[in-house]
Amino acid sequence: MSTSDGIPTQALETLLLALADDELMLGHRNAEWTGYAPLIEEDIAFSNIAQDELGHSLAWFTLYQQLSNKKPDSLAFEREWSDYTCCRFVTYPKGDFAYTVVRQYLFDEAEQVRLRAFSLSPYEPIRDVSAKILREEAYHLMHSQGLIERLGDATEESHRRMQAALNDAFPQALGMFEALEGEDELISSGIFGGNAKLRDEWLGRVQPVLENATLLIPGAPADFGGRKRNHVEYLQQLVDDLQSVYKIAPGAKW
Amino acid sequence: MSPSVLDIDLIWKALGTITDPEIPVLSLVEMKIIRDVQVTRDAIRVVISPTFIGCPALEQMKSEIRARLAGIGFKQVEIETTFAPPWTTELLADDAKEKLRSFGIAPPPGGEGELIALLLLPVACPFCNSQQTRLDSEFGATLCKQIYFCDNCRQPFERFKPI
Repeated sequence: MSTSDGIPTQALETLLLALADDELMLGHRNAEWTGYAPLIEEDIAFSNIAQDELGHSLAWFTLYQQLSNKKPDSLAFEREWSDYTCCRFVTYPKGDFAYTVVRQYLFDEAEQVRLRAFSLSPYEPIRDVSAKILREEAYHLMHSQGLIERLGDATEESHRRMQAALNDAFPQALGMFEALEGEDELISSGIFGGNAKLRDEWLGRVQPVLENATLLIPGAPADFGGRKRNHVEYLQQLVDDLQSVYKIAPGAKW
Repeated sequence: MSPSVLDIDLIWKALGTITDPEIPVLSLVEMKIIRDVQVTRDAIRVVISPTFIGCPALEQMKSEIRARLAGIGFKQVEIETTFAPPWTTELLADDAKEKLRSFGIAPPPGGEGELIALLLLPVACPFCNSQQTRLDSEFGATLCKQIYFCDNCRQPFERFKPI
């Protein structure tokens, strides 16, 4: 299905929903550090980043609404857990602080390559939102990359924890680049170059930073499934928590 | 009452009295969050652009815009959010930055350029103007601020993030 201006609407909806769901779930995971992070600065940082990611989620849901007429609140709070199309990576529990830092860094670099690609897209709404989000993301990357550089080889314990976190997170992170349904149409219409291309650009960015931090990239295969709604049970717990307040009084006006 | 183009100055004046909920020393007009006002036959259209997309004060700003315009007789108000062109700290005029500084918030640097280059510029303390300052926390009490510390006057202060 395409609109008259050559934009493949259905594939675009798939893309926007995946982007929104990724931001929503990671935002929620980051918010789980509010009040619990090991340093007050990190408590503030992850609370801020959570708020940013939820805002970005709303921006993508709003673009999706323009195509599908479905309301952002309904998309965020009324779907079954098995209906979300986030990658599995963003659904795993926050783990220890090392895992959170490694996940955030790998996600922030993916945001850089995604948003840079989208900010050249011929589809104006996605281009405008991407250009705006990219400016905010500069702060996320500066923060997470700084922590990778400091913690990767600071002490024996920090190195051990960061390496263990990377061993878990890296194959999961590759799941961010699982091909979307209808992706060929998005590529041929120039919306973006496809997930395989994004993954290669992402690897080009993360490899030198991880190596400098003395961290070894594990060789495990990508943890795919999320884009096809084949999730791990952690998402069910996350969604129960995410929707718990909303479900007390659906549609309530604040 | 139906708006007329003759009312545009009145409308801007009313909007100019709404202060930013997180930065009460500046109005939404001075902040350039209110970007445009259009008067159509049956409604007033107010175009806003958020400083940060996830700013939780946006809903409060929208309800204050509606309340203020209702207060001068206009009930039909449409509020549109735009990201094009994006809100950036380059939009802040010099007098707005001076108000920030006098309120104790170090203003963002002026001039165009890559964000990353702007971040490396020295930050002057809003209290003593010393440049002997350092970044204490990359994130702050609101999305638009960071926390610095002045080694000269031994005071922490907030800085508006260049964006």
